[in-house]
Amino acid sequence: MRRAELIFAAILAAFSIYLMYMAQIPPLQIGWVPKKGPGSGAAPFWLSAGMLICAIWIFWRGWKGATPQGRSTEPFMDSYTTKMVAVTVGSIFMMFLATHFIGAYAAMFLFLLFYVGVFGKIPWPTTIAVSIAIPVFIFFLFESGMKILLPKGMSEPLFIPLYKMFVY
Amino acid sequence: MELLSHLMDGFSVAFQPFNLGMMALGCLLGLFMGAMPGLGSVNGVAILLPITFFVPPTAAIIFLAAIYYGAMYGGAISSIMLGIPGASTAVATTFDGRPMALQGKADFALVAAAVASFVGGTISVILFTLFAPPLADFALRFGPQETFALMVLAFATFVGLGGDDIPKTIFMILLGLVLATVGLDNISGRPRLIFFDLQGFYKGISFIVLAIGIYGIGEMLWTLETSRGKVEIASNKFTFKRLGEALKELKRAWKTMTFSSFLGYFVGVLPAAGATPAALMAYGLAKSFSDTPEKYGKGEISGVAAPEAANNAASTGSMLPMMTLGIPGSPTTAILLGGMVIWGLTPGPLLFIEQSEFVWGLTASLYAANLVTLMMNLALIPLFVWVLRMPFMILAPLIFVLCFVGSFAPDTRMFDPWLVLLFGFVGYVMRKLDYPLAPLVLAIVLGPLAEDSFRQSLISDQGDWTPIFTRPLSGIVMGCAALLFVAPMLKGMLRKNKAKAASGEQS
Repeated sequence: MRRAELIFAAILAAFSIYLMYMAQIPPLQIGWVPKKGPGSGAAPFWLSAGMLICAIWIFWRGWKGATPQGRSTEPFMDSYTTKMVAVTVGSIFMMFLATHFIGAYAAMFLFLLFYVGVFGKIPWPTTIAVSIAIPVFIFFLFESGMKILLPKGMSEPLFIPLYKMFVY
Repeated sequence: MELLSHLMDGFSVAFQPFNLGMMALGCLLGLFMGAMPGLGSVNGVAILLPITFFVPPTAAIIFLAAIYYGAMYGGAISSIMLGIPGASTAVATTFDGRPMALQGKADFALVAAAVASFVGGTISVILFTLFAPPLADFALRFGPQETFALMVLAFATFVGLGGDDIPKTIFMILLGLVLATVGLDNISGRPRLIFFDLQGFYKGISFIVLAIGIYGIGEMLWTLETSRGKVEIASNKFTFKRLGEALKELKRAWKTMTFSSFLGYFVGVLPAAGATPAALMAYGLAKSFSDTPEKYGKGEISGVAAPEAANNAASTGSMLPMMTLGIPGSPTTAILLGGMVIWGLTPGPLLFIEQSEFVWGLTASLYAANLVTLMMNLALIPLFVWVLRMPFMILAPLIFVLCFVGSFAPDTRMFDPWLVLLFGFVGYVMRKLDYPLAPLVLAIVLGPLAEDSFRQSLISDQGDWTPIFTRPLSGIVMGCAALLFVAPMLKGMLRKNKAKAASGEQS
């Protein structure tokens, strides 16, 4: 945990410096512009400078052991947590990526099939029921009810008859 | 009299069939959201906000406020039945609620929680009705200097009263403010902080995206880690006879409920405090003032009633500064405030003049929502218990899918779900390292308002920033903010001095 606290504080400090750099790229100005007031880059630059000071402060306190995380000898993530976070974030990532190609509904179906059935070890009949019911519910709520069309990708032709029946 | 006539007008708005339907739906969804472990009002409001962009603002705020209320009621259900707080606001409810459930008195605890929530909610709505109009009238005198000073005060309360690590709290406030500046500058129209030249950043980072990431994905990751995907439900039977007995036993807690309601309301008004500390304070005080403090923690009915009355009262309390000053009192109200801006309304004192129907419709709906939620809560207890048996590995992916479509819907672009995933993961890591998340959400919502008011005040005073400190009202507010910023450091120094003195005496 201690190492995570220090590494994360260092990342935040580096991120703050990056933000400060971004905020002063011309034509952004960080000072007072005569007759116009503070430059457009002033707020992000000086706020990021504050972030940098805080990140150094956090690092220093962690280093001294002034925070519970700075003193902790426990691992940041145990094996269960690492696996759970990797699988969860990874499968959501794949769902978003797949949406660009096969559309939101097919991606959601595959995500649910994997997450509930394979990762969650829920019996397959329930898994299949859930994987179909949730996208169907979302279709009726968003497309039919609120007329918000989710991306369909290459699965678009399959939805054309449904649009005629439920959306328009 | 004017107040009553406004309130009557409000009831005529709240009781329009569509608004009434939205309120009932909101109460029901809120109860479910609150009852689910790891989900609370803030998650419910964040995930469901996007669907309100397609109904009129009054119906939308009534719906979201009902979710807020319902979730406050519902939080107790999982605290009692599972021993896991539905949300942090219901942590104190587990102290006595869980022992009661283990003694076979889960129904008593659930009834106590529902009735106490009703008492807390009702008392606080009455206080809201009385305090809101004069405060809004007073706030009409505010210029950009005062508005800016109030924002600083809101942030300072997180530092002074939040109880979290100070540099981490300040960092989160600053990060929220910086993220709010991403996109086109309101005044000059220049693009700022366009990371990797991605077109999506030109539109800025919406607070909804941040809130859904943190409170949807991040929170679920946290709950999956802490619960390990498994929860155990207490068994109990629910009958009308037992309901009557529970109400009889609850009679002796009425003083505690009333006191906790007032306490909760005033704690809720403070920006950094909110429902969680209100509930914990109410529990602590109820125990201290009790004749039988030894019974607390072992299944005392007042130990359930006190935090539940306080957390509901605090949720209404936090709406007071949001509606009258445009300063949200909690992360949930911060999201509500952001929603109001998207609906085309300007939160703050002018709302009471320009959008009186909206304000009073909401106020009246709070009275009605209390009653509806109480009845729903009592009637549907068996249903909630049944739903709580749903495996967590089904609930979690359902939330992830809702986060996906909820973040896609407002601007219908895939850029936002990707940002949600990023914020969700980073938010989870930050939470593990004890970085407070509420100031971040508050800052991204208030950021544009804070920057605009600061720049307006500088422009109107030809670059002179001293009027922010020298104008009487803003000066007083800035003074209070400075005190709040300095208070934790002074406290720390005093503690160190005392410790030194004590060790000196010992040696």
